[in-house]
Amino acid sequence: MATTGTSAAHAQKSPGRLSVNSIMGSEGRYWLLIAPAVLLMLGFYFYPLARVLWMSFTFPSPGLGNYEDLIDNASVHRTLITTARIGVITTGLTLLFAYLISYVLVHAKPKVERIMFLGVLIPLWISALVRGFSWFILLRREGTINDVLISTGIIDTPLDLIWNELGVVIGMVHYMLPLGVLPIYANMRNIDTRCVAAARGLGASRGVAFRKVFLPLSMPGVIGAGILVFIYSLGFYVTPALLGGGKTLMIAEYIQLQIMDLVNWGRGAMLATTLLVTILLLLGVMSRIIDLRGLFGGK
Amino acid sequence: MDGFSSQPISPATRTTAWAIIAFLVLPITIVFAVAVTDRDYLAMPVDEISFQHYANLFTSPEWLHSIWQSFVIAFVSTAIAGLLGTLCAIGCWRISNRLSELVRVFMLLPVMVPTIVYALGIYQFFAELRLLDTYLGLIIAHAVTGLPYVVITVSTSLAGFDGKLERAALGLGASMGQTLRLVILPNIMPGVVSGLIFAFIHSWDELVITLFIAGRAVFTLPRRMWDGINEALDPTMAAVAAVLVVITVALLTLELLLRGRAKK
Repeated sequence: MATTGTSAAHAQKSPGRLSVNSIMGSEGRYWLLIAPAVLLMLGFYFYPLARVLWMSFTFPSPGLGNYEDLIDNASVHRTLITTARIGVITTGLTLLFAYLISYVLVHAKPKVERIMFLGVLIPLWISALVRGFSWFILLRREGTINDVLISTGIIDTPLDLIWNELGVVIGMVHYMLPLGVLPIYANMRNIDTRCVAAARGLGASRGVAFRKVFLPLSMPGVIGAGILVFIYSLGFYVTPALLGGGKTLMIAEYIQLQIMDLVNWGRGAMLATTLLVTILLLLGVMSRIIDLRGLFGGK
Repeated sequence: MDGFSSQPISPATRTTAWAIIAFLVLPITIVFAVAVTDRDYLAMPVDEISFQHYANLFTSPEWLHSIWQSFVIAFVSTAIAGLLGTLCAIGCWRISNRLSELVRVFMLLPVMVPTIVYALGIYQFFAELRLLDTYLGLIIAHAVTGLPYVVITVSTSLAGFDGKLERAALGLGASMGQTLRLVILPNIMPGVVSGLIFAFIHSWDELVITLFIAGRAVFTLPRRMWDGINEALDPTMAAVAAVLVVITVALLTLELLLRGRAKK
């Protein structure tokens, strides 16, 4: 009684009276709390995004003209293929490394686990610019790695570690790895280790117990991490632009060039739309496999 | 039982995992070494350790101006994202039906949609509104893209908060504003502070949107660093990077401490 009556009670400033509208009324007022954020997002996030979509079909002339580039433009093709290839390589390497770290994390003693997890968490929050810049210092021709290798006599001429796909992949894997660890680790923590123990108790070797019991149970986390990392890789700007040196063009940098240097809004908007739609489709697939909210710290 | 699972990891696996952690952490530390170089190009210190590049950073009017601009923009956009994000998360948590869940999912989209796509849209929109290269423009764009971090952390806090407390407060005659201020907020404060910290780091480090919508009057720290890397190889940039790392780690430590305290 007290709980249902209260919202009406202070709404009407007369305690003790019940009203049919009390529940609806209070829900309405909670929508007022949500409204400012939603309005800001609609006006300054979704509306600008919608304009990009709209422009891809209407600028410079209405129709699907911009999208013909997807079929017959060589430089667009090259960019898309480079983007997909680097995305796949980055995702593969990231998953492998992230799985190893997560596996050791969940089996480590709590204290070791904490320290190791910090080693994942701190890089996660250090900006892509700083991390890309670190790799820039290390990898360039006059960089630290080449310096050390030459001064110790291992090589005579500096290695090309940067301004090619190798440099981009190193930087990308470094950026994506913490993002890959989080879903895999979260999933592995929920795996009942007694299942593995039971398999071992029934005579399975360590390898068999891992392959037949642990690995299948950890697959949802791996798939979630894979899609997440792939999505982030596709649209990534800072690291490829910094370590690719304009030679290894991925789609984000290509879009930026179209807009800022060539003022080719039609193609820029078309590629941005293509990127957005691809990512939303992947997200749709992902939401069917794992709980997205769990991934982002929801319930 | 535990005998089977206590040692499931071979030393080789464990060593590899630590090697990967080293791959994550060690490269970042190079900026600290290069920041104290005695050369005037990006290199390790050769003869001695020198703090000239830190001195340059903290005496150069351009760098100081960029630090100040970045700080103002991060501070104001974090305040906006913090306020609106917290209210939104509370509203969604309280209503908790299909529609409010949908709203919450939409609030998270900026984390998933590539920044380059948004940057294009906001660039064109702000050109129309004459907000290019203004504090206000950057603050709005950073507040909008910082909102998800607050919504996520506050929602997480609310998931662990007992809704009966709120109803009890209302039942005892508190108004909705009083209940928010005196009952809900104190209980979810760790989540709010985490959200503020993440939103601040987000704005403080943001480059892609800034590349599009600012560049002359408003020249943030990441923006100046970006131009610096592409034009000159001044070791001052290593000092900037080192300062950025220290600030991020300090903020993260604060966040972890708060979360640790909240658990107890």
